[in-house]
Amino acid sequence: MLLVQFLLLSSVLFCIGIYGVLARKNGVMVLMSIELILNAVNINLVAFGTMTNNIAGEVFALFVIAIAAAEVGVGLAIVLLIFRNRSSVDLSSIDSMKG
Amino acid sequence: MVAQNVFFGIMALIMICAALKVVRTKNVVHAALWLVVVLGGVAGQFLLLGAEFVGVTQVLVYIGAVVVLLLFGVMLTKASLGEEADLNMPNRTLPAIIAALMFGVMTYALIDTFRDTELPRESVTNAATVSDSIFADYIVPFEAVSVLLLAALIGAVVVARKE
Repeated sequence: MLLVQFLLLSSVLFCIGIYGVLARKNGVMVLMSIELILNAVNINLVAFGTMTNNIAGEVFALFVIAIAAAEVGVGLAIVLLIFRNRSSVDLSSIDSMKG
Repeated sequence: MVAQNVFFGIMALIMICAALKVVRTKNVVHAALWLVVVLGGVAGQFLLLGAEFVGVTQVLVYIGAVVVLLLFGVMLTKASLGEEADLNMPNRTLPAIIAALMFGVMTYALIDTFRDTELPRESVTNAATVSDSIFADYIVPFEAVSVLLLAALIGAVVVARKE
Protein backbone atom coordinates (compact mmCIF):
# COMPACT_ATOMS: atom_id res chain seq x y z
CA MET A 1 0.00 0.00 0.00
CA LEU A 2 1.19 3.48 -0.74
CA LEU A 3 1.16 6.14 1.97
CA VAL A 4 -0.25 8.74 -0.38
CA GLN A 5 -3.56 6.94 -0.89
CA PHE A 6 -4.42 7.32 2.79
CA LEU A 7 -3.29 10.94 2.79
CA LEU A 8 -5.45 11.70 -0.26
CA LEU A 9 -8.48 10.00 1.30
CA SER A 10 -8.05 12.06 4.45
CA SER A 11 -7.65 15.28 2.47
CA VAL A 12 -10.91 14.51 0.61
CA LEU A 13 -12.71 13.98 3.93
CA PHE A 14 -11.11 17.14 5.35
CA CYS A 15 -12.27 19.29 2.42
CA ILE A 16 -15.80 17.82 2.54
CA GLY A 17 -15.83 18.69 6.25
CA ILE A 18 -14.66 22.25 5.52
CA TYR A 19 -17.45 22.60 2.94
CA GLY A 20 -19.97 21.33 5.50
CA VAL A 21 -18.82 23.74 8.21
CA LEU A 22 -19.08 26.71 5.83
CA ALA A 23 -22.27 25.76 3.97
CA ARG A 24 -24.50 24.42 6.74
CA LYS A 25 -26.77 26.64 8.79
CA ASN A 26 -27.95 24.15 11.41
CA GLY A 27 -25.73 23.94 14.52
CA VAL A 28 -25.91 20.16 14.81
CA MET A 29 -24.95 19.75 11.14
CA VAL A 30 -21.86 21.93 11.68
CA LEU A 31 -20.84 19.66 14.57
CA MET A 32 -21.19 16.63 12.26
CA SER A 33 -18.90 18.29 9.71
CA ILE A 34 -16.34 18.97 12.45
CA GLU A 35 -16.40 15.24 13.24
CA LEU A 36 -15.52 14.59 9.57
CA ILE A 37 -12.52 16.93 9.87
CA LEU A 38 -11.28 15.29 13.08
CA ASN A 39 -11.55 11.84 11.49
CA ALA A 40 -9.50 12.99 8.52
CA VAL A 41 -6.79 14.12 10.94
CA ASN A 42 -6.90 10.75 12.69
CA ILE A 43 -6.35 8.85 9.43
CA ASN A 44 -3.31 11.06 8.79
CA LEU A 45 -1.87 10.44 12.26
CA VAL A 46 -2.24 6.66 12.05
CA ALA A 47 -0.90 6.54 8.48
CA PHE A 48 2.23 8.50 9.38
CA GLY A 49 2.65 6.41 12.54
CA THR A 50 2.57 3.24 10.43
CA MET A 51 5.00 4.72 7.91
CA THR A 52 7.63 5.58 10.53
CA ASN A 53 6.87 2.46 12.62
CA ASN A 54 6.24 4.78 15.56
CA ILE A 55 3.53 4.12 18.12
CA ALA A 56 3.10 7.86 18.81
CA GLY A 57 0.79 8.24 15.81
CA GLU A 58 -1.74 5.80 17.25
CA VAL A 59 -1.45 7.23 20.76
CA PHE A 60 -2.18 10.73 19.50
CA ALA A 61 -5.08 9.42 17.39
CA LEU A 62 -6.54 8.06 20.65
CA PHE A 63 -6.05 11.46 22.30
CA VAL A 64 -7.80 13.14 19.37
CA ILE A 65 -10.73 10.71 19.76
CA ALA A 66 -11.01 11.58 23.47
CA ILE A 67 -10.85 15.32 22.77
CA ALA A 68 -13.45 14.96 20.00
CA ALA A 69 -15.80 13.29 22.46
CA ALA A 70 -15.33 16.19 24.91
CA GLU A 71 -15.77 18.71 22.09
CA VAL A 72 -19.04 17.25 20.87
CA GLY A 73 -20.39 17.17 24.44
CA VAL A 74 -19.67 20.84 25.07
CA GLY A 75 -20.71 21.79 21.53
CA LEU A 76 -24.10 20.14 21.86
CA ALA A 77 -24.61 21.80 25.26
CA ILE A 78 -23.98 25.18 23.61
CA VAL A 79 -26.33 24.33 20.71
CA LEU A 80 -29.04 23.32 23.20
CA LEU A 81 -28.55 26.60 25.11
CA ILE A 82 -28.88 28.56 21.84
CA PHE A 83 -32.01 26.58 21.01
CA ARG A 84 -33.51 27.30 24.43
CA ASN A 85 -32.86 31.03 24.16
CA ARG A 86 -33.86 31.54 20.51
CA SER A 87 -35.95 28.41 19.73
CA SER A 88 -33.89 27.79 16.60
CA VAL A 89 -30.36 26.58 15.86
CA ASP A 90 -29.99 28.79 12.79
CA LEU A 91 -26.35 29.89 12.94
CA SER A 92 -26.79 32.80 10.53
CA SER A 93 -29.10 34.57 13.00
CA ILE A 94 -26.51 34.47 15.80
CA ASP A 95 -24.76 37.77 15.21
CA SER A 96 -25.05 39.68 18.50
CA MET A 97 -21.22 39.83 18.75
CA LYS A 98 -20.88 41.10 15.18
CA GLY A 99 -18.93 44.36 15.11
CA MET B 1 -1.03 -6.31 -1.20
CA VAL B 2 -3.46 -6.31 -4.11
CA ALA B 3 -6.38 -7.40 -1.92
CA GLN B 4 -5.60 -4.61 0.54
CA ASN B 5 -5.59 -2.06 -2.26
CA VAL B 6 -8.93 -3.35 -3.57
CA PHE B 7 -10.50 -3.14 -0.12
CA PHE B 8 -9.01 0.31 0.38
CA GLY B 9 -10.57 1.47 -2.88
CA ILE B 10 -14.02 0.08 -2.08
CA MET B 11 -14.03 1.55 1.43
CA ALA B 12 -12.67 4.91 0.26
CA LEU B 13 -15.39 5.17 -2.41
CA ILE B 14 -18.14 4.35 0.09
CA MET B 15 -16.70 6.81 2.63
CA ILE B 16 -16.44 9.69 0.15
CA CYS B 17 -20.02 9.15 -1.12
CA ALA B 18 -21.31 8.95 2.47
CA ALA B 19 -19.37 12.07 3.50
CA LEU B 20 -20.88 13.97 0.55
CA LYS B 21 -24.32 12.78 1.66
CA VAL B 22 -23.58 14.09 5.19
CA VAL B 23 -22.99 17.61 3.92
CA ARG B 24 -25.61 17.55 1.14
CA THR B 25 -28.68 15.75 2.52
CA LYS B 26 -31.74 17.73 3.54
CA ASN B 27 -32.64 15.38 6.38
CA VAL B 28 -30.80 15.87 9.69
CA VAL B 29 -31.35 12.32 10.92
CA HIS B 30 -30.16 10.87 7.60
CA ALA B 31 -27.02 13.02 7.88
CA ALA B 32 -26.27 11.47 11.29
CA LEU B 33 -26.81 7.97 9.87
CA TRP B 34 -24.55 8.67 6.85
CA LEU B 35 -21.98 9.89 9.36
CA VAL B 36 -22.07 6.37 10.87
CA VAL B 37 -21.02 4.97 7.46
CA VAL B 38 -18.08 7.39 7.26
CA LEU B 39 -16.96 6.63 10.82
CA GLY B 40 -17.21 2.88 10.23
CA GLY B 41 -15.12 3.30 7.08
CA VAL B 42 -12.50 5.20 9.06
CA ALA B 43 -12.40 2.32 11.57
CA GLY B 44 -11.87 -0.05 8.62
CA GLN B 45 -8.98 2.09 7.37
CA PHE B 46 -7.39 1.94 10.83
CA LEU B 47 -7.61 -1.86 10.72
CA LEU B 48 -6.09 -1.82 7.23
CA LEU B 49 -3.19 0.24 8.62
CA GLY B 50 -2.68 -2.33 11.38
CA ALA B 51 -3.94 -0.11 14.19
CA GLU B 52 -6.31 -2.56 15.89
CA PHE B 53 -6.86 -0.70 19.13
CA VAL B 54 -7.55 2.66 17.47
CA GLY B 55 -10.04 0.98 15.12
CA VAL B 56 -11.96 -0.64 17.97
CA THR B 57 -11.91 2.61 19.98
CA GLN B 58 -13.22 4.44 16.91
CA VAL B 59 -16.23 2.09 16.78
CA LEU B 60 -16.83 2.32 20.54
CA VAL B 61 -16.46 6.06 21.01
CA TYR B 62 -17.62 7.50 17.68
CA ILE B 63 -20.34 5.12 16.50
CA GLY B 64 -21.34 4.16 20.04
CA ALA B 65 -21.28 7.51 21.81
CA VAL B 66 -20.76 10.53 19.56
CA VAL B 67 -23.43 9.62 16.99
CA VAL B 68 -25.95 8.85 19.75
CA LEU B 69 -25.12 12.22 21.31
CA LEU B 70 -25.61 13.94 17.93
CA LEU B 71 -28.96 12.16 17.47
CA PHE B 72 -29.99 13.35 20.95
CA GLY B 73 -29.02 16.85 19.85
CA VAL B 74 -31.17 16.48 16.72
CA MET B 75 -34.16 15.33 18.77
CA LEU B 76 -33.76 17.97 21.49
CA THR B 77 -33.53 20.83 19.00
CA LYS B 78 -36.88 19.67 17.58
CA ALA B 79 -35.61 19.09 14.06
CA SER B 80 -38.35 17.69 11.88
CA LEU B 81 -37.81 14.04 11.02
CA GLY B 82 -38.59 14.64 7.35
CA GLU B 83 -36.81 16.91 4.90
CA GLU B 84 -35.98 20.40 6.05
CA ALA B 85 -35.62 23.28 3.63
CA ASP B 86 -33.69 25.66 5.86
CA LEU B 87 -30.46 23.73 6.50
CA ASN B 88 -27.99 25.43 4.19
CA MET B 89 -26.51 28.88 3.87
CA PRO B 90 -27.94 30.83 0.90
CA ASN B 91 -24.53 31.17 -0.74
CA ARG B 92 -22.90 27.76 -1.13
CA THR B 93 -20.67 28.46 -4.13
CA LEU B 94 -17.98 30.16 -2.07
CA PRO B 95 -17.60 27.25 0.41
CA ALA B 96 -17.43 24.83 -2.53
CA ILE B 97 -14.71 26.94 -4.18
CA ILE B 98 -12.74 27.15 -0.92
CA ALA B 99 -12.95 23.39 -0.34
CA ALA B 100 -11.99 22.61 -3.95
CA LEU B 101 -9.06 25.03 -3.84
CA MET B 102 -7.82 23.54 -0.57
CA PHE B 103 -8.14 20.04 -1.97
CA GLY B 104 -6.20 21.02 -5.07
CA VAL B 105 -3.33 22.51 -3.08
CA MET B 106 -3.18 19.56 -0.67
CA THR B 107 -3.33 16.98 -3.47
CA TYR B 108 -0.49 18.67 -5.31
CA ALA B 109 1.67 18.94 -2.19
CA LEU B 110 1.00 15.36 -1.03
CA ILE B 111 1.61 13.73 -4.41
CA ASP B 112 4.71 15.87 -4.92
CA THR B 113 6.18 14.83 -1.55
CA PHE B 114 5.05 11.25 -0.94
CA ARG B 115 4.61 9.91 -4.47
CA ASP B 116 6.44 6.60 -4.01
CA THR B 117 6.50 6.13 -0.24
CA GLU B 118 5.49 2.54 0.51
CA LEU B 119 3.97 1.60 3.85
CA PRO B 120 5.93 -1.17 5.63
CA ARG B 121 4.33 -4.61 5.65
CA GLU B 122 3.58 -6.60 8.80
CA SER B 123 3.25 -3.60 11.07
CA VAL B 124 0.27 -4.65 13.20
CA THR B 125 0.34 -3.03 16.64
CA ASN B 126 -1.79 -4.63 19.33
CA ALA B 127 -3.41 -3.10 22.39
CA ALA B 128 -0.51 -4.13 24.66
CA THR B 129 1.99 -2.04 22.69
CA VAL B 130 -0.31 0.98 22.67
CA SER B 131 -1.07 0.76 26.39
CA ASP B 132 2.61 0.30 27.25
CA SER B 133 3.34 3.48 25.37
CA ILE B 134 0.43 5.45 26.87
CA PHE B 135 1.24 4.51 30.47
CA ALA B 136 5.00 4.96 30.13
CA ASP B 137 5.93 7.67 27.65
CA TYR B 138 2.64 9.57 27.42
CA ILE B 139 1.37 9.41 30.99
CA VAL B 140 1.30 13.22 31.43
CA PRO B 141 -0.81 13.89 28.29
CA PHE B 142 -3.02 10.96 29.32
CA GLU B 143 -3.72 12.53 32.72
CA ALA B 144 -4.25 15.91 31.06
CA VAL B 145 -6.86 14.33 28.77
CA SER B 146 -8.65 12.81 31.76
CA VAL B 147 -8.79 16.22 33.47
CA LEU B 148 -10.02 17.73 30.18
CA LEU B 149 -12.81 15.15 29.96
CA LEU B 150 -13.86 15.96 33.53
CA ALA B 151 -13.83 19.69 32.75
CA ALA B 152 -15.88 19.11 29.58
CA LEU B 153 -18.37 16.98 31.54
CA ILE B 154 -18.88 19.66 34.21
CA GLY B 155 -18.90 22.41 31.60
CA ALA B 156 -21.56 20.67 29.51
CA VAL B 157 -23.77 20.16 32.57
CA VAL B 158 -23.36 23.79 33.67
CA VAL B 159 -24.03 25.20 30.19
CA ALA B 160 -27.05 23.01 29.40
CA ARG B 161 -28.67 23.22 32.87
CA LYS B 162 -31.95 25.04 33.25
CA GLU B 163 -31.71 28.06 35.55
